[in-house]
Amino acid sequence: MAYWQALDSGRILLMVSAAMLVTAAAAGLIALHPSQVNVRAALAFGGFIAFGELFRLALPGGREAAPIAMVGAMAYAMLLTLPREYGPVTYDALLVVAVAAIGMTVGALPHIAAGRSAGLTGMCTRLVAVSCVAFIFRPIVSAGFGHAPLGFQVLVVALVFAVGWLVDTLVGALIRADDVGARFSVAIRDELRLQWPLGLAVGASVIITIFGAKQMGLMELLVFAGPLLVTQLAFRRYAGIRATYLQTVRSLARVTEVAGYVEAGHSRRVSRVAVAVGRGLGLAEPELLALEYAALMHDIGQLSLSEPIPGGATLLVSPADQERIAELGAAVIGEAGVLDDVAELVRYQSRPARGHEVAPPLGSMIIKAANAFDDMVGSSTDRNRSAAALERMRLDPVEYDAGVVAVLAEVAGRRVPSRL
Amino acid sequence: MVSRAARLYIGLVVSVAAVLVAIVADRAMMATHPPPIQHPLGALLTLQALFLVCDSGTTPTTSRQTRWSPSSAATLAAVVLLGPVWAALVGATALLSLQRHLRLAERLFNGAMYALCGLAAGETYLACHGVIGRTDPQHFRAILLAFAAAATAHVIVNHGLIWGVHRLNRVRGMSRSDGLESSLALLLASDLGYACLGLVIASLWRIMDWFAAALVLVPLFVARWAMGQFAEQQRAYAATMNALCQAVETKDYYTRGHGDRVSRGAVMIARQIHMSAERTEAIKFAGMLHDVGKLGVPTKVLQKTGPLSEDEFAAIQLHPMRGLEIVSPIGFLFEALNGIFHHHERIDGRGYPMGLAGHEIPEFARVIAVADAFDSMTTTRSYREAKSIEFALDELRKGAGTQFDPVIVEAFIAAMEQQGWQLPAPATKPPDPTTVTVKDHDDPTAPLRVIEP
Repeated sequence: MAYWQALDSGRILLMVSAAMLVTAAAAGLIALHPSQVNVRAALAFGGFIAFGELFRLALPGGREAAPIAMVGAMAYAMLLTLPREYGPVTYDALLVVAVAAIGMTVGALPHIAAGRSAGLTGMCTRLVAVSCVAFIFRPIVSAGFGHAPLGFQVLVVALVFAVGWLVDTLVGALIRADDVGARFSVAIRDELRLQWPLGLAVGASVIITIFGAKQMGLMELLVFAGPLLVTQLAFRRYAGIRATYLQTVRSLARVTEVAGYVEAGHSRRVSRVAVAVGRGLGLAEPELLALEYAALMHDIGQLSLSEPIPGGATLLVSPADQERIAELGAAVIGEAGVLDDVAELVRYQSRPARGHEVAPPLGSMIIKAANAFDDMVGSSTDRNRSAAALERMRLDPVEYDAGVVAVLAEVAGRRVPSRL
Repeated sequence: MVSRAARLYIGLVVSVAAVLVAIVADRAMMATHPPPIQHPLGALLTLQALFLVCDSGTTPTTSRQTRWSPSSAATLAAVVLLGPVWAALVGATALLSLQRHLRLAERLFNGAMYALCGLAAGETYLACHGVIGRTDPQHFRAILLAFAAAATAHVIVNHGLIWGVHRLNRVRGMSRSDGLESSLALLLASDLGYACLGLVIASLWRIMDWFAAALVLVPLFVARWAMGQFAEQQRAYAATMNALCQAVETKDYYTRGHGDRVSRGAVMIARQIHMSAERTEAIKFAGMLHDVGKLGVPTKVLQKTGPLSEDEFAAIQLHPMRGLEIVSPIGFLFEALNGIFHHHERIDGRGYPMGLAGHEIPEFARVIAVADAFDSMTTTRSYREAKSIEFALDELRKGAGTQFDPVIVEAFIAAMEQQGWQLPAPATKPPDPTTVTVKDHDDPTAPLRVIEP
């Protein structure tokens, strides 16, 4: 897929606004008199932002954040006072935009040199959020806010930061909703739930940086970089193990394929379709993760069968055997003791949507439909075949939930995004 | 358990701490100089509270004895704000630690150790011309260097004293299983990183008082939350891995638990030959998954009683490759993959799949090969009863130099002598009488043979 094809309306809007901000900042910078620029502060904070951009943080779900760069940029946007020898800090908001943009770009260069993605979207999002804060806060500083009582200062800084952080999160949610095809409302909830601990840490660090600079001057940035890095390390390890976990389940779910129990690629395809359907039905991220695990491992119960089912299609086995396989699979997963929700989804994967007093969980109905769809269509991209499969499922509303099948038809119609 | 030597050592540390604090306190009293900040007592209590809060949430990911604690920030803030004796008092709060599982000896040792750390840091700070209680901009540059020296002293004393306890406990034959799980460099770096927070607290104190401590706690709490999440995910990961491996093993009645035991043996060897913590973790998983590729071998070949045809033997030889195929997408260390792929190589070069010899065979593979053969011999197979541990070790010794790496075999035997080995419950007859004989491809006493043409 060419890069421009990956651009969607939200992303284009974001990049255009970032470009406009940078242009305005460049123009403002030229018009600025050198005496209006606190060069040392600009260099120190620009360097700090570049440093933070260098140490980006991968978060669960393929997100990328740069909390240290965010601390630097936000603190620069809201810097109140420096010790006397550093000179005044009544600089313009456009200078903040320029310094943040340059710092981020410099920090992104090593990533590009190492062949990683430049992370342009994330940078633009951060730039827009920082600009909002700068345009609110710099005029206040120029009006003499540096002489206000300390408690009031802290309160205002915290509030303005919250605004900036919300902008960052909302823009992030908008982009993500576009990327993965989630509903905007669900994406906002996911983003808020995932980002609030980091937001809290960044906010407190911004306050510490702003008021610490009043005491320690720009040296403070050096002193504070250490604790920030250590804090970020904790997050990095967390995100790292989550990624390994998912990779492991993905890989080990393939044992059924290698052992000849199911067709090659079956688990992966079922999980992709299931996640896309779940997203279309508005499931939140933790539920989607459980759904993905369950879909990947839905055939694991077959390992307990002495002979592989011909062709591996569970659809062709008697309902009683299907139930048994599901039950065995749930037992295997339940053995882990930590994936009970996943085991639950696997257990009810063959139960008809209607007819039982207790309806199966939504995730199970999704897996049932996705599995049946893949058993009938496989890796084929033939539209007639997929239409016939969908029609057959539509005609059987007792087995397959009508709502799930409707979304499945939608998903099958477009290309399933491979990213989670 | 605490060994006798360690007890003596702890007693020594506690008395030295008490004497030193008394001497320095006496000197400070004679000077009758209270620290030049407002409400020094209030500051002391706040910092002590901060110390306890930081200490209560030490990261659970490192081992039981060495914990990664940001509490040094409180002690070092006291060094700058209040001076050595007060810093020692902040450190001594570790006696009252909120971690309930600590025994009295541990509490005493921690209190004395952190008091000594505070004292050492405080004296270093003064020796480097650091000024106490003056964190205003004019003095900041002057105290920066002194603070760096103080932080270094804190880290050195802290790790030095802990190292002593580890050392004494190990000499008494304690297993190293409780040793450092996280690399020392990382630990030192993070300690220094958190130490910097001490200076931040001290600087902010002049304008914000106790609020400085509260503010600093926020990122610390968030980091702790992330650490907790990490630990939880790690546990979940290990449990899931275990469950999946068991699922893989259900296919062959007699080899159940094999992966788990090989993993245990490989970790014992890895510790014995002082592999780094990270590699030990990797070999644990490699051992668990080494036979996963057996799933790709048709059951009828695995279950065949008579001699194998060339094709069937080739199918068996394929299993390390199948294993690699399954496991390679996992973000493992490259070494773990190597271990899985080469675990049937022999030192004399007559193994499979590549026929590597000697040190061409990756270390992981040499380790797994020994643990693998040992477990295969000491568990029941359908065609024979389980052999005794002594017999199996003898076989390993016989194979050293031809099939196995002698160094690894020696390490395994040494580890067995120290820690012993928990044999699995003897397998009863399988419930299904039609189960046919399966010759275990790992068993060196009954190797698979190809029919001669």
